[in-house]
Amino acid sequence: MTIDPGNGAVMLAAIFLVLNAGLSLALQLGFVRSMLVAALRMTVQLALVGLVLEVVLTSASAWLTFGVMGFMAAVAGYEIMARQERRFAGLWGYGLGATTMLLGSAIVTVFALTVQIGPDPWYAPRYAIPLFGMMLGNAMTGIALGLNALTGEVTARRRGIEAHLLSGATRWQAMTPAMRRAATAGMVPIINAMTATGVVALPGMMTGQILAGADPHQAVRYQLMVMFLIAGATGLGLIVAVMGGVIRLTDNRHRIRLDRLRGS
Amino acid sequence: MNTGLQIRHLTSTIIDVADIAVRPGAPVALVGRSGSGKSSLMRAIVDLDRNEGEILLHGVSRSGMSAPLWRQRVVYVPAEPGWWGERVGDHLTGPDSAGTRAALGLDHIRPDQPIDRLSTGERQRLALALGLARQPQALLLDEPTAALDETSRDMVETLLDPMIAAGLVLMMATHDPEQARRLGLQRLEIDGGRIRGAT
Repeated sequence: MTIDPGNGAVMLAAIFLVLNAGLSLALQLGFVRSMLVAALRMTVQLALVGLVLEVVLTSASAWLTFGVMGFMAAVAGYEIMARQERRFAGLWGYGLGATTMLLGSAIVTVFALTVQIGPDPWYAPRYAIPLFGMMLGNAMTGIALGLNALTGEVTARRRGIEAHLLSGATRWQAMTPAMRRAATAGMVPIINAMTATGVVALPGMMTGQILAGADPHQAVRYQLMVMFLIAGATGLGLIVAVMGGVIRLTDNRHRIRLDRLRGS
Repeated sequence: MNTGLQIRHLTSTIIDVADIAVRPGAPVALVGRSGSGKSSLMRAIVDLDRNEGEILLHGVSRSGMSAPLWRQRVVYVPAEPGWWGERVGDHLTGPDSAGTRAALGLDHIRPDQPIDRLSTGERQRLALALGLARQPQALLLDEPTAALDETSRDMVETLLDPMIAAGLVLMMATHDPEQARRLGLQRLEIDGGRIRGAT
């Protein structure tokens, strides 16, 4: 049996935010404004998503489904760009993160829908949109962290990388340490999540399913599948993004091209 | 004459060099005030910065070979060498450098020593030893003895002298006219990225 919390229960949960705000004010911790803005933003966003999902799920239109997914990808692509301390100049600034995130997320989502879950039609919005959203969210975080680490590493260690190039190394050999650090930075969140899942915390999706009345075994199977898919999408998008970043940060004469970063 | 390093119409954002040649056994001292373009010229020759122009080494064009191969033949040792690994041993993966390291008084340096624990002079000599171990056809040295005491400077000159006599193609940036005289370097002055003429 599913218990619907209702709007009143949701409002009651916000009491703890008010408590936090009071404590922050009393102790001058300074996070009241940002916390309240974030809470308000989340409320508005989720309310709108609820409305949109209702329309999309009811209509089951392919155009509407892919339109929503495209919008999600466009926003996530912008988020990747916004999180970069040193952005690539021109179209690469948006394009590299957005396309690699879309690539990893789309491949894994289509695989899951067509091979594992098998809804009819395969793009059924009830399955496609939440799955794609989870892939996007995690790939976005991983790629944003990875690209930020890559550009930071190359900027900070330019002289060492150039010394390696001067010794006769190719750009791929010289950039390997930076690539390794970037890939590690991007994969840390999902690796940490997999390590802690089930021990430190029950994942949100699984908790939601159990609260919604699902069999715990089924919830665990879904969660395992989703975590594997997320790790796959993040890793795939991240690797392509980091390799694309190396190609853009160097040229075919094996030189470092920091001039291709904005403001360099 | 096709031997040596021939540089024709080399331009970058900083330099504009019409025509220079460095012949085997006739080394060149690149002189000029700080910021005149000495390092930029050397970086352009080894293709580390974007540049246009034709460079030939013993008649073979730079554009006809990959940049890594070019940099194995034309070795550039910067004034402040960079390091891609944390320990000395990380940089000993190329040709055996035990001989050149010993000649530059670096026998005591162990592979497991962190690079940042070496003195500035030790790092400069190590970079030179590694560069020389690669048996370059042309050598570009950017103030190689600027951070060295007299004894270490003499070691460097003693090592370079027979190599020059054997026909090494050498361009060395230096602020020391005495050193240029001792090594028999021909003066090539650069100012504002342009060569002012050899004397």
